[in-house]
Amino acid sequence: MTSSATISVARNAFREAIRDRVLFSLVFFAVLMVGAAVLFSQMSFGISAQSLVNFSLAAITALGVILAVFLGNQLVAKEIERRTLYTLLAHPVRRGQFLLGKFAGLAATVAVNCGLMGVTLLLALAYVLPGHWAAGEAAVIAALYLILLALAVLIAIALLFSCFASPVMAALFSLAVFIIGNFDQNLRRLGSTAHSWLGGHAAILVADVLPNFGGFNVAAAAAHFQPIAWRLLGWDTLYAIVYAGVALVLATAVFAGRDLK
Amino acid sequence: MLAVECIELTKDYRAGFWRPRPVRALDHLSLAVEQGEIFGLLGHNGAGKTTTLKLLLRLIFPTSGEARILGQPAGMMARQIGYLPENPYFYDYLRCRELVEYYAELANVPARERRRQVAWALDRVGMAGAAETSLRKCSKGMVQRVGLAQAIVHQPAVLFLDEPMSGLDPLGRRQVRDLILELKSRGATVVFSTHILSDAEQLCDRVAILQKGRLAGQGRLETLLAGEEDKVELVFAQAGPPQRRVVARAELWGELDQLRAQGAVIHAVTPLRRSLEEIFLSPGAPPASGGRSAAAAAPAAVPVEAQRR
Ligand SMILES: Nc1ncnc2c1ncn2[C@@H]1O[C@H](COP(=O)(O)OP(=O)(O)O)[C@@H](O)[C@H]1O
Ligand SMILES: [Mg+2]
Repeated sequence: MTSSATISVARNAFREAIRDRVLFSLVFFAVLMVGAAVLFSQMSFGISAQSLVNFSLAAITALGVILAVFLGNQLVAKEIERRTLYTLLAHPVRRGQFLLGKFAGLAATVAVNCGLMGVTLLLALAYVLPGHWAAGEAAVIAALYLILLALAVLIAIALLFSCFASPVMAALFSLAVFIIGNFDQNLRRLGSTAHSWLGGHAAILVADVLPNFGGFNVAAAAAHFQPIAWRLLGWDTLYAIVYAGVALVLATAVFAGRDLK
Repeated sequence: MLAVECIELTKDYRAGFWRPRPVRALDHLSLAVEQGEIFGLLGHNGAGKTTTLKLLLRLIFPTSGEARILGQPAGMMARQIGYLPENPYFYDYLRCRELVEYYAELANVPARERRRQVAWALDRVGMAGAAETSLRKCSKGMVQRVGLAQAIVHQPAVLFLDEPMSGLDPLGRRQVRDLILELKSRGATVVFSTHILSDAEQLCDRVAILQKGRLAGQGRLETLLAGEEDKVELVFAQAGPPQRRVVARAELWGELDQLRAQGAVIHAVTPLRRSLEEIFLSPGAPPASGGRSAAAAAPAAVPVEAQRR
């Protein structure tokens, strides 16, 4: 059994997203971007670029999260509900390969979307800050890369929830994990200063188990065109791979022995 | 080596989260299907046909017992298996050809043969003209046909078809029958489920009859349907509307002589066999008189004239 089944499933998941007009979100983003660039270019020099970067990275993250959560929550549930999985798994496709393919397909969809949005941002930046090319672009590109890593983790989590929860529940759970994961530092601080022993440990446990999405957010530094350390990029890459990997292994374990009703 | 083997296969479904008492959908079912056979799984709705097929495909897992395909534990032989689920549903963002191509890809049909195989499969199910139609625009019968195409596109050795004729018009049913016979002639084993006796009669080498998850009989359909008391239905007219009379086979000639002497016109002499219904209801029941059984046995009707000479 080769991994070609995984690739086929991934390609089909990508094709589904394209045909369901997911890329239309890009048009929306482009309009937003042009409007923001025109608006911010009225402001004074430095501030306009900062605002543009801050605003755009937030918008890219938000759209990426929406795609990851609201496509990821159905990845498995929809195929079970519509019974399209029956014929798929009757072919030489292992359940783990199916999950991995679904993950890769959605990750590619989100990457293409966010990548194109990122290119739009860089072009807008060149318009707002003519002649300053390359100063802050590296920081912006690094920030975009980290956003993609965070989204990959989120997709793996949505996929895990999709293996046993209904689409609505899976979406709610994944969104909750994303929001709480963004307050990782606050949770730890809360845990170490809490008056109740139980509450403190619970807060730290949650911070340990849920992914630290805050650690992927370097928008503030990128907006000020401060260089992003290679060390941070390396660590976050490793963290994302391990976290997404564990989520996928768990998903496979949950899914492998499950009856398809 | 058997094509398909079920050994004491049992499946309990959990009825619901709060109701711990499970539903036994299949109860120690043992089946054996020879290679190259057309095998029918017969039974009413809820008898356990779909459950049996899903267990064979490892879509669900048995509570106890074992399923083997071509001598291997079910699930190991996916490459050799084709499957049409009950009321199939497919990705509606694909065209028919794309869908069958996708499954051919998953079934490891080599890239250079894929196009030809896909065209062949679509042609065999009568969908060659609609290959580029989006599945979103397909009728139920068309989806059923595409489902058949994806089941045969990789020319599997063993086919599992769950109610393959449902949703099809008479022409479609006929095409599916011809297709199943063609697959058999190519050496494939076909296992299909149906609740319609005549479909099984026209196709199956052997059948298994399921009743509430239990095996109620297995073997050649003629054998299973033959009544212990052989009865014959006579239809005749005697200066009025046609009448019907059921007599024991031993009394047939005497009865005919008598009718002829009375100047009656004989319309039909039909051996009565047990209907599926009767086998279901009670395994040893004698055949009921009346048209229902005769309808099931219609193809076997013997013209009176031919029998006289
Ligand atoms: N997913 C399920 N959960 C609970 N009970 C089920 C499930 N699927 C089937 N059953 C029950 O199992 C029995 C057999 O069903 P099935 O195999 O679908 O019958 P058939 O295909 O012969 O009509 C029925 O009583 C049905 O209600
Ligand atoms: Mg059924």
